[in-house]
Amino acid sequence: MASAKEIRGQIKAIQNTAKITKAMEMVAASKMRKAQQRVLDARAYAEGIARVIANLMQAHPEYKHPFFTHREEAKRIGIILITTDKGLCGGLNTNALRLSVQTMKNRKSEVEVINIGRRGGAFMRRVGVNVSGSVEGVSDSPELADILGAADLAIEQYMSGHFDEVHLLYSEFVNTMTQTPKVTQLLPCPPTDEPSHPGYWDYLYEPDSHTVLDGLLKRSVEALVYHALLENKACEQSARMVAMKSATDNATDIVKDLQITYNKARQAAITQELAEIVAGSAAAQ
Amino acid sequence: MSTVKVLVATAEREVYRGEAEKLVAPGAAGELGILPRHAPLLSELTAGELRITHGENVDEVFISGGYMEVQPDVITILADTAERATDMDEAAALAAQRKAEEELASRKDDVDLALAEAELAIMAQRLAWLQKKKKH
Repeated sequence: MASAKEIRGQIKAIQNTAKITKAMEMVAASKMRKAQQRVLDARAYAEGIARVIANLMQAHPEYKHPFFTHREEAKRIGIILITTDKGLCGGLNTNALRLSVQTMKNRKSEVEVINIGRRGGAFMRRVGVNVSGSVEGVSDSPELADILGAADLAIEQYMSGHFDEVHLLYSEFVNTMTQTPKVTQLLPCPPTDEPSHPGYWDYLYEPDSHTVLDGLLKRSVEALVYHALLENKACEQSARMVAMKSATDNATDIVKDLQITYNKARQAAITQELAEIVAGSAAAQ
Repeated sequence: MSTVKVLVATAEREVYRGEAEKLVAPGAAGELGILPRHAPLLSELTAGELRITHGENVDEVFISGGYMEVQPDVITILADTAERATDMDEAAALAAQRKAEEELASRKDDVDLALAEAELAIMAQRLAWLQKKKKH
């Protein structure tokens, strides 16, 4: 059995760890509330733009935008991969990366990754997937401008024919305990199911169809990526809070066990000492 | 009087959701007045005032640009930024304009210059709008 002094050292160390994880849990909890609020606030825009795009696909514009044209064969697909910058958030990134590997296996096409978040980039480089762009170190309160680089690169590559499809992979925030990795198609715009405005009609465009559609569709891709980033941020903070809470609980359990072992060791030492004294005095008589 | 559903949102938040009898938006080619049952319209918006009339209520919002989709029963406005006069601070608006001016002065290449000029134009318009609102 380890000596009482050694065990005391261990208890100290684990208590310190528990203090740190507890602090991280509380920081994550407060950031989580803000991140969740931000996702909810941003939902109106995402919902609005999704409705406009769905309507637009029902319309019969005289200008067929390339974002609506499906290509025969997808030779190369681009994936915008959103992960966190920091670790210590449970299985969040692992789950997202597992889904990305699965997606790549299912598709026979060549895959290139545009990465947002340090974790995903490091992983993709390690497994030898081509990373054509990378955005790292986005703040906890991201702005649209933070992701413009990644989104515009994807659009550019799609327009030039380098990518035939663009997908978006991120973790979707369900609730504090549940985050699900999700992959959605960005380009070409996936078909919607319900015709909300049936019949043969088209918009009036102002100033003209090319300008409006080019701008609007570009903006819609950017908005989707931005929204995915917000979701991912909310996931990150909740996953971290939960992970740190269970780490704190584990540390508390270990300290409890060690405390018992320590008491036993201390008592054993006292008993032994007494036995030695009694034996010594018996021998002296 | 018939009404139309209106949703105004920026990427960060929801600005207005509700019914309206009339809406006036700063279209790319001039002001657009929209009444319920308007034909489908898709328009670019520039910096300017968005006015939503619902009964006695007139909601005035300054937007810096964006897009508007009109369907007979629903209007969706996707604004880049949107602010009400009550949320704006004249001093801050003035400071923002100054900053835009400084940035314009320090820009070198043409692309940056165009961006900075556009930014300054929006800031100046925003300030002028705010001052007009504060007077009333």
